[in-house]
Amino acid sequence: MALLPPEFSTLEPFAEEWCLASEPERYAKRLASSMDEMQAFYDALFPRAQEVIAYLEKFPLHELPEDAQRLLHLLYSLIMVSFPVEIWRQPYLPDTGTSSFELGEEPVP
Amino acid sequence: MMKPVAPKQYPKPPEGSWTEHYPELGTAPVSYESSISPEFYELEREAIFKRAWLNVGRVEQLRRKGSFFSKELAVAKTSLIVVRGMDDQIRAFHNVCRHRGNRLVWTDDPRLESKGSCRQFACKYHGWKYDLDGKLSSILQEGEFFGIDKANYGLVQVHCEVWQGFIFINLAKEPEQSLREFLGPMITAIDYPFHNVTERFYYRGDIRSNWKVFLDAFQEFYHPPILHGRQNPVMSNEAYQRMGFYTMHFQIDGPHRVGCTSGGAGGLLPPEALNPIEGLFRSGLFGPWDHADLGIEGFPPGLNPGHKKHWGLDSFQIFPNFAIVFWETGWYLTYHYWPLAHNRLLFEATLYFVPARNVRERLAHELAATTIKEYALQDCGTLEATQMGLESRVVTSFPLGDQELMCRHLNKVVNDWVDDYRRKHTEA
Repeated sequence: MALLPPEFSTLEPFAEEWCLASEPERYAKRLASSMDEMQAFYDALFPRAQEVIAYLEKFPLHELPEDAQRLLHLLYSLIMVSFPVEIWRQPYLPDTGTSSFELGEEPVP
Repeated sequence: MMKPVAPKQYPKPPEGSWTEHYPELGTAPVSYESSISPEFYELEREAIFKRAWLNVGRVEQLRRKGSFFSKELAVAKTSLIVVRGMDDQIRAFHNVCRHRGNRLVWTDDPRLESKGSCRQFACKYHGWKYDLDGKLSSILQEGEFFGIDKANYGLVQVHCEVWQGFIFINLAKEPEQSLREFLGPMITAIDYPFHNVTERFYYRGDIRSNWKVFLDAFQEFYHPPILHGRQNPVMSNEAYQRMGFYTMHFQIDGPHRVGCTSGGAGGLLPPEALNPIEGLFRSGLFGPWDHADLGIEGFPPGLNPGHKKHWGLDSFQIFPNFAIVFWETGWYLTYHYWPLAHNRLLFEATLYFVPARNVRERLAHELAATTIKEYALQDCGTLEATQMGLESRVVTSFPLGDQELMCRHLNKVVNDWVDDYRRKHTEA
């Protein structure tokens, strides 16, 4: 069964892995992914992002249907992979050793 | 003596430098012994953290009568319960049952903070119950106890006052100043619609550095083009790296201080100076590009205290361990630096936005939060390295530039408070 609205079927191959509702899940997914995987996801979604936003804007933020909410989570994941893809060319931030800085609270959706 | 020289768009006070504008600061190199000595940390705990007003949260975390949260204060080896009573008063208590000392409020792991809502607190051990105003209301098998008067066994209360929705506590038996006296005119001049800016992202990290070594990186704008130099095309711009970044205005009031810089929201930059994602979501390190509606007429009083034309942000440093940063586009963030040991701290960053009205606004918030997290994480790694360098004691005296006036001020205030405590302690 499709996870995303039919207009966005080209993104369907990424939905299962990248539609993640919370930041800690997205961050863990980023650290566990290869650059090739993130690049492929970024290349598929970035050019269609404006179209996705326009689609989501048809709904009130707090009344997104389930498939639309998954699209929003996909955009959050695009943000999550943007630093590795656009700047670092690696999944984790350079020069941070074993430091960690973790999210404890975030808005929903 | 050579005077510091800044580009003409960043004029210095008539004394020739910001540092000399506050002569009590001096201009000599400083020692960071106070950041590497376990003995000094023991003094700081008594002299600073058990005497100053400390921010532990905001009123929006206690929305209803009976809402509470617990707050670990390792620096004072205690935990607090902060609660909104049935009379809507916010109170703070030590999180300790009067019967046999058990931690009163906790979930699953007594070392973790918890929150919730209740009508009374019941101890998990023998079921002693307390009202939300701290009164002991019931003892199981009360007749077994010897002449006990419940009125003498309420929770141990901690001084608690609220300013602009920020909940402060003071661990002293009798605080030397009220919260407003302590905050002073520069901070209490701030009148910001905090109650309209309530969408919250909260981050925390356990970092192996002294709290002041860590805080210092968040109170100077000298390091960003270098430490964060590879994060985006603006930071890595050669001209920018050569020129450096300047704080437009500094101000000191008692133990508190502020530094103000020019704007930087990416909307004003050419596309080649941006990461592609920033252009897509109109947001980035300096927050969303589009102004939020703060729901008030005019500019919030107390901000931009230097009345600068191209104002971008104020970084208010409230002694000892709390900072509020206000951004020109209508959002703010707070930092808390909670010491855990002389070389370890809990760092908390909380971002506050006007609640998103649509997907576009929400995405701009998400990108700002994600970006700030990465920049902060970069600071975390480096400051552990600084702590290691300092602890080697190979170098014991460090030159601070005029841009690092706020670091110099914190260093001095901490030493002054510890000296004052020592003096009073030896006199007594």
